Amino acid sequence: MLSEIAFYGAVETGLIYGLVAFGIYISFRVLDFPDLTVDGSFPLGAAVAAILIINGWNPWIATGAAVLAGMAAGAVTAILNVKLNILNLLASILTMIALYSVNLRVMGRPNVALLTEDTVLTPWYDLGLAYHQVPVVLFILVVIVAFILLWRFMKSETGLAMRATGANARMARAQGIATGGMIILGVALSNGLVGLAGALFAQSQGAADVTMGVGVIVIGLASLIGGEAVITPSSVVRALLACVFGAIIYRLAIAFALNADVLGLQAQDLNLITAVLVTLAIVLPGVRTSVMGKLSRKKA
Amino acid sequence: MISASDLRLTFGKGTPLENPALRGMSLTVNQGEFVTVIGSNGAGKSTFLNALAGEVLVDSGEIIVDNTDVTKLPTHKRANRVARVFQDPLAGTCEGLSIEENLALAIKRGQRRGLTTAVKKQYMEKFRESLSSLKLGLENRLGDKMGLLSGGQRQAVSLLMASLTPSSILLLDEHTAALDPKTAAFVLELTQKIIEEQKLTALMVTHSMKQALEVGSRTVMLHQGQVVFDIAGQEREGLEVKDLLGLFEKQRGLSVDDDSLLLG
Ligand SMILES: Nc1ncnc2c1ncn2[C@@H]1O[C@H](COP(=O)(O)OP(=O)(O)OP(=O)(O)O)[C@@H](O)[C@H]1O
Ligand SMILES: [Mg+2]
Repeated sequence: MLSEIAFYGAVETGLIYGLVAFGIYISFRVLDFPDLTVDGSFPLGAAVAAILIINGWNPWIATGAAVLAGMAAGAVTAILNVKLNILNLLASILTMIALYSVNLRVMGRPNVALLTEDTVLTPWYDLGLAYHQVPVVLFILVVIVAFILLWRFMKSETGLAMRATGANARMARAQGIATGGMIILGVALSNGLVGLAGALFAQSQGAADVTMGVGVIVIGLASLIGGEAVITPSSVVRALLACVFGAIIYRLAIAFALNADVLGLQAQDLNLITAVLVTLAIVLPGVRTSVMGKLSRKKA
Repeated sequence: MISASDLRLTFGKGTPLENPALRGMSLTVNQGEFVTVIGSNGAGKSTFLNALAGEVLVDSGEIIVDNTDVTKLPTHKRANRVARVFQDPLAGTCEGLSIEENLALAIKRGQRRGLTTAVKKQYMEKFRESLSSLKLGLENRLGDKMGLLSGGQRQAVSLLMASLTPSSILLLDEHTAALDPKTAAFVLELTQKIIEEQKLTALMVTHSMKQALEVGSRTVMLHQGQVVFDIAGQEREGLEVKDLLGLFEKQRGLSVDDDSLLLG
């Protein structure tokens, strides 16, 4: 069985990946834009928040700056695609690679420790909760706020225009929607959420590291796909719920798998397992039509 | 009023596949006119409509809509003046969105979109009223996904969406061609009714010469990216398909051997 601490740890990371899954939902699902920028914007958010915090900034402001940095990264990817006509996937790979250098520049070194700094979590430790429960409580609040904002946005005039852009661009244009602008806004929003996730992750782990983005996209996708298999995303609310629950379930499953000695799995096997799971989810025939339509089918 | 003058457009310029689709295409459509457009496959009908909508930008020429030069504007900046229904019933609506969401997108055509709720309570009465005019029972299915509707139902809704807000011109490109005959007749009838009731200015491409003469107030034939004839009023009345063919041969000095012209 999982220890209580391992359980809370899995939920904590799951909540953070829930934010990542929100972002991936916007790019992959709403906009039909396969965006790998995420692997760079996650550590970017971590780097920006960490460096500002060690320079004495208020941790919430530092976290806000991380969101803006993530949005800027997403905007770069989308602009490469929309304005320069670079294939969306390739545009995102270019940004992702560039961000590796940017992140090193931002931090000035490969990693920044935050263990002795005040973070967004610090005041919450005085509330009398168990140490390992604190991040979970705070991140639940953050996820709820992000959930509500995102849900309201998707139901708004602009959000509906964004959904139409991804679903039927020609129809969207005919309705007077600037589809290019919608893609830029959406991919920026998506990476802003991922930047937020990175910033929170650095603060809960006590460090930012340039390599912490590796595989974030695949884990986020696994969360999204897993969630969609459990909660059919027939409405915006359900799709967003699927993101959060998918991420938490995924993390718990991984924690169990690593915990079960019989399987002989180690932490470094995580990315391999995730990649295999995502592949299976994409190719399994039953899943393909219902859940994976957009990823396996070529665009008409 | 909408006026296109001397539009020229060549696809694949400078390549072996160079294809001049519009070669000096000119047409002026007055307020309230309902023009039917015919022409053989590849005559440039769709390209002309796309040029008016902004989906393709012409190499030269000028497009004026209600005294505004829109020649260089992209589609979304013309959408406040130009409404359209596509040939493919799947193209005009979003299948993943509900009927009311699709209508809410259309009611804001060409206008600024903000952060207020898209599907507003105050729209509901208008949505229900216009849907019930279709007599398809859709007024009770506002929350249903568009993808659940049949092709004909979707095309009928597309037509409603195009007429939900005023436009300077309504573009219809063979919008009944993908439907079975009965549904096609229903959608055509609906088209006539909406255009008449709202006094819309419209341009309708059709492959049926018979339909072209029966519907609307003026008929234009395109050939090789140009207007070969343009008839309206008395001249058009009582005209039959064979007269049209004769007219075409006279104008061009060549014979029509394209079966597609004879359809219908
Ligand atoms: N996007 C494009 N790229 C290259 N060539 C094109 C493109 N669109 C149309 N064409 C070519 O331009 C010419 C005019 O095509 P268009 O679609 O306007 O004809 P049409 O009159 O609508 O024909 P149909 O009755 O078959 O619909 C054709 O030769 C066509 O192959
Ligand atoms: Mg055509």
